[in-house]
Amino acid sequence: MNATVYSLEKVSKTYGSREVLRVDFLEIQQGEIFAIVGPSGAGKSTLLRLLDFLEPPTGGQLRFKDYSANGGRAPLEVRRRVTTVFQRPVLLNTTVYGNVAYGLKIRGDKEVQRKVKEALEQVGLSELARERARLLSGGEAQRVALARAMVIEPEVLLLDEPTANLDPYNVGLIEDIVADLNRKRGTTIVLVTHNVFQAKRLAHRVALLLEGKVVEVAPVRDFFEAPRDPRTAAFVRGEMVY
Amino acid sequence: MIISGDPALMQIVAVSLQVTGTALLLSTLVGIPLGSWLGLTRFLGRRLIIVLLYTGMGFPPVVVGLFVYLMLSRSGPLGALDFPLVPRLFTVNAMVVAQVIISFPLVAGFTMAAVMGVDPNLRQQVLSLGATNWQATLAVLMEARLGVIVSIIAGFGSIISEVGAVMMVGGNIEGATRVLTTAIVLETRKGNFDLAMALGIILLSLSFLANVIMLRLQGRTFEP
Ligand SMILES: Nc1ncnc2c1ncn2[C@@H]1O[C@H](COP(=O)(O)OP(=O)(O)O)[C@@H](O)[C@H]1O
Ligand SMILES: [Mg+2]
Repeated sequence: MNATVYSLEKVSKTYGSREVLRVDFLEIQQGEIFAIVGPSGAGKSTLLRLLDFLEPPTGGQLRFKDYSANGGRAPLEVRRRVTTVFQRPVLLNTTVYGNVAYGLKIRGDKEVQRKVKEALEQVGLSELARERARLLSGGEAQRVALARAMVIEPEVLLLDEPTANLDPYNVGLIEDIVADLNRKRGTTIVLVTHNVFQAKRLAHRVALLLEGKVVEVAPVRDFFEAPRDPRTAAFVRGEMVY
Repeated sequence: MIISGDPALMQIVAVSLQVTGTALLLSTLVGIPLGSWLGLTRFLGRRLIIVLLYTGMGFPPVVVGLFVYLMLSRSGPLGALDFPLVPRLFTVNAMVVAQVIISFPLVAGFTMAAVMGVDPNLRQQVLSLGATNWQATLAVLMEARLGVIVSIIAGFGSIISEVGAVMMVGGNIEGATRVLTTAIVLETRKGNFDLAMALGIILLSLSFLANVIMLRLQGRTFEP
């Protein structure tokens, strides 16, 4: 049951001469919500770009199920099993419907209408299907981005601070949708957040990333109640000076 | 005269449309891919190409005319080849060559600017949603469509209004290479201001009509 989705060994990412990420070891399991917390600049988004195969790692071994990244661009079939919802939703300049349909259309899906309709219901935006996406509020736009990602039924959904800058109402909605997706469809979720409370509410396991390195990985209760590393304890208490 | 459909006039309009249509099609086929490529990628020598492009956007058409004239004339490097694909001077095709050289930098330059104006994160977002490189490029172009249409309109404007270069390489031959702009010059010189004016009105109407059609292409983009 506990199959490994991602396994990273000595995975590094260097920009120019600067190494911004070095993960000695990390495994993400099938069906879990795995949260990555850490201050800004820690390398969280960089790690997600590697997991989404948007960039290859500079070194080390990154495995996704039966695929092993080898430095080149991952094949399309592999890339299409994973997708990211970014902090700031980038919506296409078309309707809400057109945005949610995008991933299905480029895959040549036969049931675009039905799937888009369902996805919009899940995020509570059925009424806005014909609206121009660019006219939506921040919270609505992020829910469109979430529907657009969910509709392609990814094996892994990567979330990069999906609720930063949103109002509490939309934060609540999005957290519920994400939890539901994980529970009902078993989608593996990697959630990057600098909000430790969100990690506490949603995650099964949590990792702390500091200066590109994984400091601690633990089940959510241990992470918050019995952290092994003093830096984790400090971060959880909000004492980390950055 | 306009209403009666004078055959000589119809001939002039037909040649104008033929030259404009062909030249616009060719400069679009060259300009849009070139502009997209320059807007989307970074490589060594890109800035040099951009500077050349900007120079081309403001290049005096008569100089292009002179250049094409020299290249295509019987003693010129291309004309001397006598190769079937190289058009002869004083033909419609020679005018098309000059028009394409004048207008494709405009199409490419405006397309590049439009593509560069698209949110750089959009490409990453559609790649993440499973787009191929080609699909991602198409998505960026779709976002830039307003600017891309403007680039075609700019190219069209430069072609339809061109007179100096087409006069030089086309020769303004009646029944063959005479177009609206060169006919206006001729009639004005001859003192036939009424006829020149009528030709001018036809030119303006065609231009207006073409722009209406291109705005239609933009579809809903201009709606609030
Ligand atoms: N494309 C890039 N080129 C150069 N440096 C980058 C690039 N992307 C990220 N960085 C640097 O890597 C570090 C980690 O960034 P990031 O992964 O965005 O952190 P986080 O998401 O945790 O805030 C930062 O110092 C950032 O400036
Ligand atoms: Mg980030």
